[in-house]
Amino acid sequence: MTSNTPLHLAAALDGAGWHPAAWREPNSRPDELFTGAYWTDLAAVAQRGLLDFVTIEDSLAAPVNRYAPDAADSVDRVRARIDAHLVAARIAPLTRHLGLIPTITTTHTEPFHVSKGIATLDYTSRGRAGWQVKVSGHADEAAHFGRRTVPELTAQDWTAIAEGTLPQVLVDLFDEAGDFVEVVRRLWDSWEDGAEIRDVETRRFIDRDKLHYIDFEGRYFSVRGPSVTPRPPQGQPVVTALAHQALPYELAARGADLVFVTPADDVHAQSVLADVAAASERVGRTGEPLRVYADLVAFLDNDHESGAARLRRLDGLAGIEFASDATVFTGSAGDLADHLAAWQQLGFDGFRLRPGVAVDDLEAVSSTLVPILQRRGLLRTEYPDTSLRGVLGLPTDVPNRYVTGTPAA
Amino acid sequence: MNTLKKQVILGAYLGGVNHHTAWWDPRAGSQIEFDSFEHTARTAERGKFDFFFLAEGLALRERAGQIFDQDIIGRPDTFTVLASLAAVTDHLGLAGTINATFNEPYELARQFASLDQLSGGRAAWNVVTSFDAFTGQNFRRGGFLDHSQRYERAEETLEVVRQLWDSWRGDDIVADKENGHFLRRPDAGTFDFHGGQFDIRGRFTVPRSPQGRPVLLQAGVSPQGRDFAAGNADAIFSPYGKLPEAAEFYRDIKARAVSFGRSADDIKILPSASFVLGDTEAEAWEKYHEVRNQQVTGQTALILLEQIWNRDLSTFDPDGPVPDIEPDPDAPPIIQGRAFTYQDRFETVATLRAVSEAKKLTLRETVIDQFERGPIVGTAAQVAEKVDAFVQNDGSDGFIIGSHLVPSGLDEFVDHVVPLLQDRGVLRTEYTGTTLRDNLGLPVPHDRIPYPDPV
Ligand SMILES: Cc1cc2nc3c(=O)[nH]c(=O)nc-3n(C[C@H](O)[C@H](O)[C@H](O)COP(=O)(O)O)c2cc1C
Repeated sequence: MTSNTPLHLAAALDGAGWHPAAWREPNSRPDELFTGAYWTDLAAVAQRGLLDFVTIEDSLAAPVNRYAPDAADSVDRVRARIDAHLVAARIAPLTRHLGLIPTITTTHTEPFHVSKGIATLDYTSRGRAGWQVKVSGHADEAAHFGRRTVPELTAQDWTAIAEGTLPQVLVDLFDEAGDFVEVVRRLWDSWEDGAEIRDVETRRFIDRDKLHYIDFEGRYFSVRGPSVTPRPPQGQPVVTALAHQALPYELAARGADLVFVTPADDVHAQSVLADVAAASERVGRTGEPLRVYADLVAFLDNDHESGAARLRRLDGLAGIEFASDATVFTGSAGDLADHLAAWQQLGFDGFRLRPGVAVDDLEAVSSTLVPILQRRGLLRTEYPDTSLRGVLGLPTDVPNRYVTGTPAA
Repeated sequence: MNTLKKQVILGAYLGGVNHHTAWWDPRAGSQIEFDSFEHTARTAERGKFDFFFLAEGLALRERAGQIFDQDIIGRPDTFTVLASLAAVTDHLGLAGTINATFNEPYELARQFASLDQLSGGRAAWNVVTSFDAFTGQNFRRGGFLDHSQRYERAEETLEVVRQLWDSWRGDDIVADKENGHFLRRPDAGTFDFHGGQFDIRGRFTVPRSPQGRPVLLQAGVSPQGRDFAAGNADAIFSPYGKLPEAAEFYRDIKARAVSFGRSADDIKILPSASFVLGDTEAEAWEKYHEVRNQQVTGQTALILLEQIWNRDLSTFDPDGPVPDIEPDPDAPPIIQGRAFTYQDRFETVATLRAVSEAKKLTLRETVIDQFERGPIVGTAAQVAEKVDAFVQNDGSDGFIIGSHLVPSGLDEFVDHVVPLLQDRGVLRTEYTGTTLRDNLGLPVPHDRIPYPDPV
């Protein structure tokens, strides 16, 4: 890989930012976090920076930092959030190029609804939709639905998880997620392109031979299909997942186009890349290789304060030291550009930056980091005229598994 | 403005999965591309409509196990379209039909509350329970619930959803940067519900919206459905656009509402209506007959009758008489996924036979004659007059207007009829508020959670 291969850059949006005190920053808009204007403004900044896409975090419970838990009865945290998929839909008509990738859990939801939801986002965004698959392994989320119990993981479980052994309940949830993605993808293919024929002569609106029952029967659910929504513009919208170890890597390798990983340092980064490759091998992935993006939380320097000083100050406000699954970067945009370039050499396809403070760090990414990367020839200077798949270098002409003559995938 | 006159409520309905939509017309656009939805919604907003309305179906229509191919099929996801429409409109209410059987209350409440936030208080939920069971084959719940259980579940779903929406006070978010108080009370959003259908607890994540909570609509006309609406809904989407049924339905629903301790005014009755305009009345009727003739082909007529007979009628001649055989109510449904609002098949069949005989109509002509829900046909002035009179005479409180032409069909109504309704003083000329409750004149519901006691 040569240094002038363009790198892919994206941002992960989460409320006021990834730091629990982000909402208290002067530029933050905490009383607008649930409005359309706040999200469309963020999206506009990301699009101005020519980012490939933004992901939008979500969960079916109030946000908590699972890596640095604090009292659930505190009033100093943003314990509220709105549906990420609807946020993406709200942004869609007001952006033109930016990919929109909401997080949707597979644990308490219906694959049929998710499939038509993302397909429709692909229509309303005109080919820029994706999905970040997420498993809900927490008791509080399960209690919101009351259909099944998910035991709260114990300290022992967490130690075991850290060592790479997942408790059976999580193994099952990932297995279910794998089926879920498969169902969603089959439903996207359940209408062939061109199924709508509008043949006035015979008065047939569709060619029903181009619609397919998916007849999925699995351990967790069965779904007959076809979708009620025609195949989306991208054919297959972009599927992504965040993963930290072998089993989730396998889930991503089974069903995703793109995996977000959280390397701690250069050595770890290399082992993560090797582990992802091994997971792909184990599940027998064929076709397009799984794209691997490294996640970084970013606190960038500004004119009057270094990133490190900002982080310390925010930690002081939060009363807790910031902790994250992903590496926390503090420093100048130039240093971050060096870091990204170096990790790109290790073999990452791209990066997803998680702004510590949404408004400030996303602005710094777009107005400072991006121009530096462009000057170094590492980033394009305009958007190509194509779908999100096209922007990501994925094939834009995706074969439909149900088209006659194509072996059933 | 004559304040004694009832104001006409208007919803805009984008013709979807049905045989009414004239997809064969050269002017017909896409039923799925966002442009079509955007055009219709913007037109409705230009016409100062109260809301835009989307229907829902969770399985493709089938006849005898085969997917329909004659009519429009295929539609986008309701929540996604409405959230995207929130970006391109400022005042229009956004009403989504969502099934209470195949969704979980927490998720439903969260999606509608999110839509309500993202639209600045313009969301409405049209609660339905689905026409038939086969929809269940696409969901984890699988199978289905029978009719009475569907309303039990719907009642309880609504109870939970309301509790979730009410779990936040309007001023729970303080966002005080200085003192570090994001929330006014640590337990904002907490809930606890134990019922026959749901046993759930925890914390709802979406703060209260500017209109308090989404508006509730209901579509469903069985006695259970009527009670459900009369007890709970802000408006009912009705299939009765013709007098005298409409007036009868109107009286019935308002009386039921009163028996539930509500005021008759608390629930609005909104039939679906199509319209045809012409420069003269004769021209309008001519256009109407032309459209009806195209909508109801021989095959469509047979399919519509098959749903009532619940039998394969494909050997009958559409240009011959109405079938002389009897319906078969107990057989597995031959038509799946189409609204069915006839209570008694035998009675309906008898009516159709009587009409066909009296008017000397063929099978197809009988369907054309009988299956229209009350079109509003005439010159713009006549249409405005009919809409106004219907509402003033308590046929309804307004209409949900659809057109056979997607997406441009509503333009005519907005360009020609709306100004006349405005002249008559029964339709606003400017939006006065920004929320759907403002449009409909519904009060913002009070916060349910009292202030915490001072410590
Ligand atoms: C005017 C009208 C419109 C309806 N629209 C829908 C719809 O879009 N989607 C749906 O699933 N059901 C729709 N329904 C049917 C409802 O699901 C209703 O709950 C069903 O008819 C069963 O209830 P009922 O026996 O009380 O009518 C509609 C019903 C009426 C009367």
